[in-house]
Amino acid sequence: MSELLQKALGIVERAQGNEQIEVFVATGTDTDIRAYRGEIEDLTTASSAGVSVRILVDGESGAQVGSAWAGALDEESITHVVNEARDNLRFASYDEFMAFARPDGVAPASLNLVDAGVASTAIDDKIAMAIELERIVRSGDARIRQVDSASYSDYIAAAAIASTQGIAVLSEQTGAYLSVEAIASDDSGDQTGWGLSVGRAPRDLNVQQAADDAIRRATRMLGAVKPASMKGVAVFDPRTASSLLAIIGSALSGSSVTRGRSFFADRVGEQVAAPMFTLIDDPTDPRHFSASVYDGEGLACRRNVLIENGRLRGFVYDTESARRAGTASTGSASRGGLAGSPSASCRALMLSAGEKNQAEILAAVGEGIFVESLTGIHSGVNPVSGDFSVGVTGLMIRNGQLAEPIREVTVASTLQRMLLDILYVGNDVEFLPGSAAGQSIAIDGISLSGA
Amino acid sequence: MTTSTLLSSDVVERVLDEALSRGGQFAELFCEDRQTMTSSLDQRRIEEMGSGRDRGAGVRVVVGETTGFAHTADMSEAGLLAAARAAAAVAREGGARTRSVDLDALREHEARAQILPGSTDKAKKVELLLHADDVARSQGGAISQVMVGLGESSRRILVANSEGTFVSDHQVRTRFNIQCVAVGDAGMQTGYEPIAGTVGMELLSLDRVSDAAQKAAQQALTKLNAVPAPSGDLPVVLAGGSGGILFHEACGHGLEADAILKEASVYAGQVGELVASPLVTLVDDGTVSGEWGYLAVDDEGRASGRNVLIENGVLTDYMWDYLRARKQGRASSGNGRRQSYQHLPMVRMTNTYLLAGSESADEIIAQTPRGVYVAQLGGGQVNTATGDFVFGMTSAFMIEDGKITTPLRDCNLIGNGPDVLKRVDAVATDFSMTPGTCGKDGQQVPVGTGQATMRLTGVTIGGTAA
Repeated sequence: MSELLQKALGIVERAQGNEQIEVFVATGTDTDIRAYRGEIEDLTTASSAGVSVRILVDGESGAQVGSAWAGALDEESITHVVNEARDNLRFASYDEFMAFARPDGVAPASLNLVDAGVASTAIDDKIAMAIELERIVRSGDARIRQVDSASYSDYIAAAAIASTQGIAVLSEQTGAYLSVEAIASDDSGDQTGWGLSVGRAPRDLNVQQAADDAIRRATRMLGAVKPASMKGVAVFDPRTASSLLAIIGSALSGSSVTRGRSFFADRVGEQVAAPMFTLIDDPTDPRHFSASVYDGEGLACRRNVLIENGRLRGFVYDTESARRAGTASTGSASRGGLAGSPSASCRALMLSAGEKNQAEILAAVGEGIFVESLTGIHSGVNPVSGDFSVGVTGLMIRNGQLAEPIREVTVASTLQRMLLDILYVGNDVEFLPGSAAGQSIAIDGISLSGA
Repeated sequence: MTTSTLLSSDVVERVLDEALSRGGQFAELFCEDRQTMTSSLDQRRIEEMGSGRDRGAGVRVVVGETTGFAHTADMSEAGLLAAARAAAAVAREGGARTRSVDLDALREHEARAQILPGSTDKAKKVELLLHADDVARSQGGAISQVMVGLGESSRRILVANSEGTFVSDHQVRTRFNIQCVAVGDAGMQTGYEPIAGTVGMELLSLDRVSDAAQKAAQQALTKLNAVPAPSGDLPVVLAGGSGGILFHEACGHGLEADAILKEASVYAGQVGELVASPLVTLVDDGTVSGEWGYLAVDDEGRASGRNVLIENGVLTDYMWDYLRARKQGRASSGNGRRQSYQHLPMVRMTNTYLLAGSESADEIIAQTPRGVYVAQLGGGQVNTATGDFVFGMTSAFMIEDGKITTPLRDCNLIGNGPDVLKRVDAVATDFSMTPGTCGKDGQQVPVGTGQATMRLTGVTIGGTAA
């Protein structure tokens, strides 16, 4: 058994009397390298460890729970954390739905999310990738004036979850990223574009692809103008579509639904989206960079169909929100770090692929706008009311082709309306960092606010 | 326990010597001990009380244009020396050399808080949360959900560097926020109100909490009757307080020296130029005691300052941290901040505000025939290279014939910084500040924004109504 899981089980043994304990311990090492003008701008190497403990006591009118955490795994920190969680629980309200997860018999998926390449690749080779990325972008197009940031990052992470309720699991994964932001310039001014490449190890990364992406996005925005306001079709590229799906996913969280904070509440069985819209959360699909064997409570992750042919099938749940809804956990507990309790969230969303590729969607749409970047998602999207308004940059679609670039405009609708107004879902699936894969999506009825 | 007793000056000197041993030109040790206490109420229940502690150190070594950085949660001398060696490894051609660091006498700063985190009875906090819930629900039967959060944090930092800086600070912050959901015929709407300051629990009087609860509930209830916001260009009156986010986004980030030195800001090379309406005098001021962005010293040990960025419309200076100031042969402005010991410092704002003007807020509204009145802004985002920015309105109304009328649904406003700054045509006297969290390159830090009621001659409203 791994040392980390043993450590977690050791803390579980500190339960006193009728206490239930759930322990989450995590360790990680990270490398971040940024290149600038052919040199290392900064290089960060770090290791971290932490523990998070929840203690629960069942009473007649429900359970009380308290939590505590520390960014360290030494004996003193662990003792302090256990004592604090124990003290905190006394002040929590009794809640009949509060409970820790128990093993539910769902078998863990067999996934290999660890690539030894992160550990075995020499630091000099990682530095070389960052420097090469910056060089290729700078020399890739005469209009690239500056590379604001070109970086290589990787991590090795391990986490163990154990509890008095029989949970004892260990997860490990690695990841590596390249990311670059380019500034293109001409008489009309400056425009930016960023590119990325993601994988489990350095060998998965494609420097040229990340560079090309940044150059293309920055240069084709040159000369962008603020278009006239209009109402019509917006085609979201895979990257921005992924952001949209993540927002939809947050409203499909059982934690939001059972707390009356989702516009999907009470709508199971209804037609909430266009008929070609089938949305599945499947962390057991290894193509997702967010794939995971276990959820944040140590249950096996599984495939959950959320919307099928436009009809709302259900939500993702952790143990507590599932009990509140009178159902079982869907293995969708997620932790935002060491602090606090897990809550239900989508982890690896993907739409069933449509029949058209991006060019075919543009041709079918004819006129509209093509959205390449979104800003102000946190300030302009309200997942409770469904109000949606975000800043975008992109290109006009004219005669079924990409035309002139546009900027300083917003697109607006409501999430409810947008789901029903979907015209096409593309077959151009891209796996991206974050909780959703992306593919081109065309949506009608969008208000574009510009000049 | 204070930070200074965590590490003696001779240990700190040995760590810095080790950090410089491969030829580094500058070395810095940053130690942090942060304790946080949170409580949350949801669905009329105290869901959870939590406590957390993060303690560790980051070592930074600068060689030429390159920075090496390593951090560790192991605060033993061996752990710190290992981090120093890891950070120093970036100095590739330096070779071995011995340089001995002499630290100044420790300059200590005490927390400006009366009631320190952890000293308030937990039962008392429970009472406060339940009280907020009661007040919010008493505003109307349509209030369906109330979520209240309370957080206290105590952050002790120690900064030492090879130039002799040896400084400690104790930062105490307290934050309360309430979110209400109201249900009506046309669906759900939300209301939100924060209270936050760089002080202790004395911030949260029963009256102040009641006031916030009432505001959040009323905001949600009012929005039940909201109509879709307009789409297109209209005059906008921003109420005093959260409207400061406009300046944070429209020019604040673009005036940070890291963006300037990389020529990734539309404001590069503009010092001395008229960049805004003459009504605009913009200040970044870490010295405003008690405000959310207050700092005695920044995370590089530099005393915070009151820095005038734009004076009567003319760009006067940028904001600086150690590294960027060093490149320009000038002093830091006290704007070097980091989220935690696990992060490199960079140029960040503190409390950024527009100085008050001379008009009356009521007059400004009365003199606006048609426009949008924004009572609360919820956040924003900017691309510093193009100057394009958005900010979201979470409470807004139409202005018709000089009167505030119909409530509007949430949406973003969009503009271009240099363009919008020139559109300020009226500033009132009713100055106030709002707390916020600013994110940059993945690092979150507390900031304040402030302004008096003001008007912009035109901004694009990103709504759906024609």
